[in-house]
Amino acid sequence: MTKKDTSISAMAKPAVGEAGKTGDWRDLKPVVDQTKCIPCVKKKSACFLCWLYCPEGVISTSIPVQIDYVYCKGCGVCAEECPAKAITMVHEGADV
Amino acid sequence: MPENLFKVNIEEYMLPGQRACQGCGLSLAYRYVLKALRESTILTLPACCLTVLHGLYPTTSVAIPTLNCTFASTAASASGIVAGLNALNKTDITVVAIAGDGGTYDIGIQALSGAVERGTDFIFVCYDNEGYMNTGTQRSSATPMGALTTTTPVLTKQQPKKDMLRIMEAHDLPYLATTSPAYPIDLYDKFVKAKRIKGPRYMQIAVPCPPGWGYAPKDTVRMGRLAVETGIVVLFEIENGKFRFTGRSKTLAEKGHRTPVVHYAERQGRFKKMNMEQLTQLQRWVDTRWNEYLEKAEG
Amino acid sequence: MSDVHIMTGNTAAALGAKLCQVQVVAAYPITPQTSVTESLSQYIESGELRAEYIRVESEHTALTVCVSASTVGARAFTSTSSQGLLYMHEQLHWAAGSRLPIVMCCVNRGVGAPWTIFNDQQDSISQRDTGWIQIYCRDNQEIIDSVIQGYRIAEAVYVPVMICYDGFVMSHTMMPVDVPDAEMVSNYLPPYKPHTILCPEDPRNINPVLFPWRRADSEGVLCDGYMEMRYKLQKALDDSREVIKSTNQSFADTFGRDHGGMLWHYRTEDADLILTGMGSVANEATAAIDALREEGFKAGVIGIRVFRPFPKAEIRDAFKQAKAILVFEKAISYGNEGALCGELKAAFYGTDIRLPIHNYVVGLGGRDVKAREITEAVRASVGAIEAGDIEPNPMWLNCFTE
Repeated sequence: MTKKDTSISAMAKPAVGEAGKTGDWRDLKPVVDQTKCIPCVKKKSACFLCWLYCPEGVISTSIPVQIDYVYCKGCGVCAEECPAKAITMVHEGADV
Repeated sequence: MPENLFKVNIEEYMLPGQRACQGCGLSLAYRYVLKALRESTILTLPACCLTVLHGLYPTTSVAIPTLNCTFASTAASASGIVAGLNALNKTDITVVAIAGDGGTYDIGIQALSGAVERGTDFIFVCYDNEGYMNTGTQRSSATPMGALTTTTPVLTKQQPKKDMLRIMEAHDLPYLATTSPAYPIDLYDKFVKAKRIKGPRYMQIAVPCPPGWGYAPKDTVRMGRLAVETGIVVLFEIENGKFRFTGRSKTLAEKGHRTPVVHYAERQGRFKKMNMEQLTQLQRWVDTRWNEYLEKAEG
Repeated sequence: MSDVHIMTGNTAAALGAKLCQVQVVAAYPITPQTSVTESLSQYIESGELRAEYIRVESEHTALTVCVSASTVGARAFTSTSSQGLLYMHEQLHWAAGSRLPIVMCCVNRGVGAPWTIFNDQQDSISQRDTGWIQIYCRDNQEIIDSVIQGYRIAEAVYVPVMICYDGFVMSHTMMPVDVPDAEMVSNYLPPYKPHTILCPEDPRNINPVLFPWRRADSEGVLCDGYMEMRYKLQKALDDSREVIKSTNQSFADTFGRDHGGMLWHYRTEDADLILTGMGSVANEATAAIDALREEGFKAGVIGIRVFRPFPKAEIRDAFKQAKAILVFEKAISYGNEGALCGELKAAFYGTDIRLPIHNYVVGLGGRDVKAREITEAVRASVGAIEAGDIEPNPMWLNCFTE
C-alpha cells in the first residue's frame, strides 16, 4: 500500500497546495459585491483587474468572479486595485 | 472559456498554495514571467525567495522544469544546461536563469558576467527586491541609500544602489529590459519578446516586498506603480543598443510629471531613518538618470 | 594490438576524456593542470572531438557547468588542481548529492597559504568527505585507463569520480602510454543514461529544500527527508566497491591491463614490512623495496588506488600478515595525523591486527621524494620499532623541524 521513494536524488513533482491550505494564513478575507463588480454588472468579460493583480492566481475570470478561499492568503491586493470598489476585506468569521 | 481581455496566455504555471508571503511582488511578477515563457522552458535558480516559492520536497508549486543551484552559480548553471542541450541537439528549449538581487548584483555577478560575455543563449532574470529578503532583509548592493535593513539597522545603508542596469548594458547584449509587477502586461510582452531573441538577454523586475520594505501587503501594486511614477524605476528596453521607454515610463517621458521621490519613501518603513541629505541625493540621482535616459531615447 | 606513445600525464588525461567522447567540457587554467584544458580545446576546435567547450570564468563555474550539463544528460568532464579544486568545493558536495556521474581529473598540487605550485595531495585529500569516488594513479598509463573506467563506474552507480595524479611528477613527465583503441572504448562504455529528469515533458523541481523529516507527496507516497537522501549517497559509495572491482576486471579482460581494483600489491607475498601510500609516492616506494630486498628486508608495497570509498575489507585482508606498516603520505589532516594513516588504523579496529604503524609526511609543496630517502626512513623506523616505538607522531621526511 505504501509506495517507497526510490529516487536517488530529489526531484519534486508539481501539485497544488505545497504549503498546505494557505487560506489558513488569512486574517481578512476578500468578499466580492456582485452588484458593483463590473463583469457581473455588465454580464460580460470586462475589467478582471482582480484576476490580473492577484499574486496567487486564485481569482478566476468567470462571471461572477470567484476566489479560491482554500488558497487565498488575504493579501488585499484585489480589494485595493478593484476600480469599482467591489471587493471588501472582512474579518474571517464575520457575517457578510 | 472566457474571452482573453488582456491578450496574455491564460495558463497558470504557478499553482495555488505556494509558500511566498501575502502580497509578494515576486509572486505576482512570476505568474506573468511563466505565462510568457510557457512550457518549452527550463529554469534554474539559486537559494532565494523563489526557492521557497517553488516549494519543498517532494512537491513543487511550479509546473516548469527547474534546476536548483548554489547561490553564486545561477548563470553558470544556465550555461551548463545550454551546453548540455546543445550537445544533445535539443535546441528548442528556452533556458532561463532567475535570481534575486543578491544572486545577481553580489554573489552572482561573476558567473553572470562570464555567461553573458561568452554569448550564452539564455535569459537571465533578476528580480530585485532590494535586499537579501529570504534570509530576513539584510542589505545588498541593490538596497537604496537610506534604507534600514538588519545589517544597516541604525545608520541605514550608506552607499547608493549599484547601477546593475548600466553594468549589464556595458556587456552589449542583444536585449535588456526593465519590468514591474505593477505593469504585468508590459512585463509579459517583454518576456514574450525576449523568448524569441537569441543570445544573452537580461531582464530586471523591480519587485516590491511587504515585509522587507515595511508596508502592508495590500499595497504591493500601488508601491510598484509609485516607483515608476517617481522614476525610481524606469520601464525601458534596449534592443541591439537602441533604447526605448515603454508603458507608463514612455508616457511620463513624453508628457507627464514624475512624482517626487519623497512620496515613495514616506510610505515605507525601511526609509523612516532616511535623512534629508540622502533623500535629496536620491531625488538628484533619479533626475540625472531620467535625463540621461531621455537623451538615450532621442539618440 | 598496442599503440604506445610517450606522453605526459596531462596528455593522457585529455586523451582519456576524448576517447570517452565527453560531450561537455568546462575547465579553467591552473598550474599544473592547464595543458589538459589546452589539449581538450585543441581536440574540440579542430573537430577531433565533438563536444561543447565552455571557457568558464572560474573553477566554481566549471564544475557547476558540468553539474547542470550532466543533469540534462550530457557526459561532462573537467579537471583542476589545488586552489581550483578548493574554489569548487561547495560544488563537489553538490555534484555528489545530485548523484551525477561527472569525471574530474585532479592534478595534485599543494594548497596555499603560502603559495606552492608544486605537488602534494592536500588538495584532493582535503575533499575526501564530499562523496566523490577517489582514484589515485601511479603512472600515466593508469591515468588514461582510469578516466575510461571512471565513466563506466560513475554512470553505473551515479556517483562522481575524481581521478587524482601527482602534479609535475606525472602531469609533466613523459611516460609510455598504450592508447586504447577508440572503437573498443566506445563499445566498453555504454551510453550515459541520466536518472535526472529535466525536461518540459515531465516538469520536476530538482534539488529543492528537503525537510528534516520524511514528507508525503500529493499521491501519498512518503518521500525522503534530507537524511534518507544522504544515506542513499553513502550506500551508493558502499555499493560502488564491487563495481570498481568488476570494472577493473572487465577493463583488464578487454584492454589487457589490471590496475589492482581497490589496491595493488608489490612483492608482498612474504613481506613483514609493508610500505603504503597513494599515487606516485607508492610507485617510488617499489624502487625502495627492491633496494631493501637486496639488503635482506622482507618488504613490500601496498598501493592504495581507491581512497574513497575506503577499501576497509581489502585493507584488513592485505595487511593482516604484516609485522609493521610505514605510511608515506603527501598530505596531513592538520591537528591530527596523515589521513591515510588514521583511516588505516581505524580499519584495523575491531580486528586482531595490532602492529607498529609509522606515519611519514613527505613531499609537501613538491619536495622531492627519492627512493633512497624512503629506504633510509625504513631503516630508521625498523630501528625505532625494535626499540619499542610503536606509534610515533607523524614524521616529516627530509624536512627541517627543529
